[in-house]
Amino acid sequence: MRFGFIALASVLLLIGGACGALLLSATDIRIGAVLADPYIRHVLGFTFWQAGLSALLSVGLAIPVARAFARQARFPGRRLLLRIFLMPMVTPVIVAVFGIVAVHGQSGWITRALGAAGVPPDHYVYGLTGILIAHLFFNLPLATRLLLQAWDTVPGETWRLAQQLGLGSGTIFRLIEWPLLRERLPGTAMLVFLLCFVSFATVLALGGGPAATTLEVAIYQALRFDFDLDRAVTLALLQTLLCGALLLFAHRFALPLPPSAGLGRAIERDDRRLPGALVLDGASIFAACLIVLLPLLATVIDGLAGPIVPTLADPVIMRGLLYSLGIALMAGFGTTFIALGLAHLIRGCHARPRLVPAASLVELAGMATVLLSPLALGTGFFLLLRSAAMMQPVALAAVMLINALMAMPYAMRILVPAMLTAAREQDRLCAALGLSGWNRWRLIDWPGLRRPIGMAFGFAAALSAGDLGAIALFGGPGTATLPLLLYQQLGAYRVEEAAVTALLLLLVSLGLYSLIERGVGGHASA
Amino acid sequence: MHRLEVRDLRFDYEDMRMRFDLAIGTGEFLALVGPSGAGKSTLLSLIAGFDRPTSGRVLFDGVDLTASRPAERPVTLLFQDHNLFPHLCIADNVGLGIRPDLRLDAAGKARVEAALAEVGLQGLGARRPGQLSGGERQRAALALALVRERPLLMLDEPFAALGPALRRETLDLVRRMQRSRGLTVLLVSHQPSDARYAADRVAFVEQGEIRHVAPTAEFFAQPQPPAVAAYLGDVSD
Repeated sequence: MRFGFIALASVLLLIGGACGALLLSATDIRIGAVLADPYIRHVLGFTFWQAGLSALLSVGLAIPVARAFARQARFPGRRLLLRIFLMPMVTPVIVAVFGIVAVHGQSGWITRALGAAGVPPDHYVYGLTGILIAHLFFNLPLATRLLLQAWDTVPGETWRLAQQLGLGSGTIFRLIEWPLLRERLPGTAMLVFLLCFVSFATVLALGGGPAATTLEVAIYQALRFDFDLDRAVTLALLQTLLCGALLLFAHRFALPLPPSAGLGRAIERDDRRLPGALVLDGASIFAACLIVLLPLLATVIDGLAGPIVPTLADPVIMRGLLYSLGIALMAGFGTTFIALGLAHLIRGCHARPRLVPAASLVELAGMATVLLSPLALGTGFFLLLRSAAMMQPVALAAVMLINALMAMPYAMRILVPAMLTAAREQDRLCAALGLSGWNRWRLIDWPGLRRPIGMAFGFAAALSAGDLGAIALFGGPGTATLPLLLYQQLGAYRVEEAAVTALLLLLVSLGLYSLIERGVGGHASA
Repeated sequence: MHRLEVRDLRFDYEDMRMRFDLAIGTGEFLALVGPSGAGKSTLLSLIAGFDRPTSGRVLFDGVDLTASRPAERPVTLLFQDHNLFPHLCIADNVGLGIRPDLRLDAAGKARVEAALAEVGLQGLGARRPGQLSGGERQRAALALALVRERPLLMLDEPFAALGPALRRETLDLVRRMQRSRGLTVLLVSHQPSDARYAADRVAFVEQGEIRHVAPTAEFFAQPQPPAVAAYLGDVSD
């Protein structure tokens, strides 16, 4: 339990400190005046608009794609494709942006292909269209996997009943699929909306100036370009209030759990070989591949074709690589350590009926950064550190801490349920045998929880390695991590070097995730 | 000619090789008993067309069904659970047996009502499956079988979740349907008492094969083949 209290204290101290700093410096700020600012109103409007469109498009497209994957349960490459659909979850946003520019940009694959066909180039990638393409890249696979779980809940007998009654594709959709999807659609759409609402790196890199800016980017601009701390604090508070209101609203929908690694059972339905089904499913899967695979493919191909040796020999890139790896490993470890501590504490509370309400408070503390966007949290840290924020070690530590805190909700959602499920089965036996403390951890908890711990650690590390939010606030010439360097290269149109950096960063994120997940989680096959 | 004939039907499931031969007459009630995992459900599933045999044939009135799709076969197969769509009312669920697009005319609706009355669910058509008891749900599924008018009714552990009195009651209903419509019935059950109560003949299935078939009274009388005796044990329930 002591370990749990240390974890709780550190979370409360860090988040409480940042929130306190925001609130204390907000004494002379009038939200009303900021809301009256037409620019801020425009930014607010765009933030909602792009998030709403992203949610609608992602979920709308995910319906036929998930249906195609469910119905065509046996085609070769299905497992591989669904595994690739997990990649966007650990792909750094700025790498995806690079890939999307490489496909859709001025000299991108599509523009060149259209140009060869005589279609005049159209610079659609900067602005709302590009932002939506990037949000689709991340959220279409997520929504697809979340919706695909709906088919897993259909009992096998139902498909046999449908076959026996000779139901057609349309009737099957109406009677079996749509009722299940309808339950999941609002929660899935809300999740995508929330993720896109605080989208930062995508909008920073693809948003075309004031016309396409989200609140999250506006905070960054106030802090780093206008040096207007008051404005940054006001916007950060506004962002936090909006996130809180959205989460309260979202609470009605039961947000879906993160998708499991399950690939869907094979279902028995005999409409899968009908020509209509084949065309529809083929087109859906093909479209999803265009959205998800092309940017990844472009990153790999352009990276391999780029100036690999000179870029890797550049000491700035090498230092960025070291910073990124260091921050990722420390933040990942910190997240896992704190989340495990909190999960441990929650388990302890559940074991005593009077303390069960306290368990949800502890969980709330661990999930608090769902409410605080990275830039709002960063602004709080910025206020705490003031002039020290630009000192190199302080800045790196702040980035590491923010990254660790931002990954907390994900780690909590993986670790707490795993810990509680195991506890339900093992608590009595452990109590009967007098197993507790270190011995219980060593003999019972660690072997049982290795897999979720590895997942949480790997995911937190990959997330931190690719983060552009905290480093954009705190990074300086001496502290640039790989994502920041890539962003700068893109901004300076050093496309060829950027290609190598993007591939390097992609490999770092994927490598960290899979090495940690396997190394920590053990080799047990999924 | 037999109503249903299963000829050298082969199917491999995991590491079990199954091979079935069986013949049933019109209007006969045959129960399949045997240990779990012996292949009883697989046999029903092969006859209904959900699983494809590696070789062999399924004949109905001498017509080869082996290549036809489940909906084309003269068969209704009922499961232990999930025989109804949970979000459709009972009347619509039964109506699906008449028209899969549910565009029922007055005559169709009357047939649904009559079927519900026949299974003792008159007036409950507007309820959803979740609002019925387990026994009522199975009777609704039997009403669906009634309107489908398929001559072969197969039941796969349909009463496993019901208590003894309800099992008897539902078996009585199946017997009545069998007699009034001339149905041929195939019942898979874990409870030898079900077979003893309702079946004309009993088949013993073990390790993917039908090892012994006998009229019900003879099946349960001594002496029995050793495998059957071992399965039934001393408890003659």
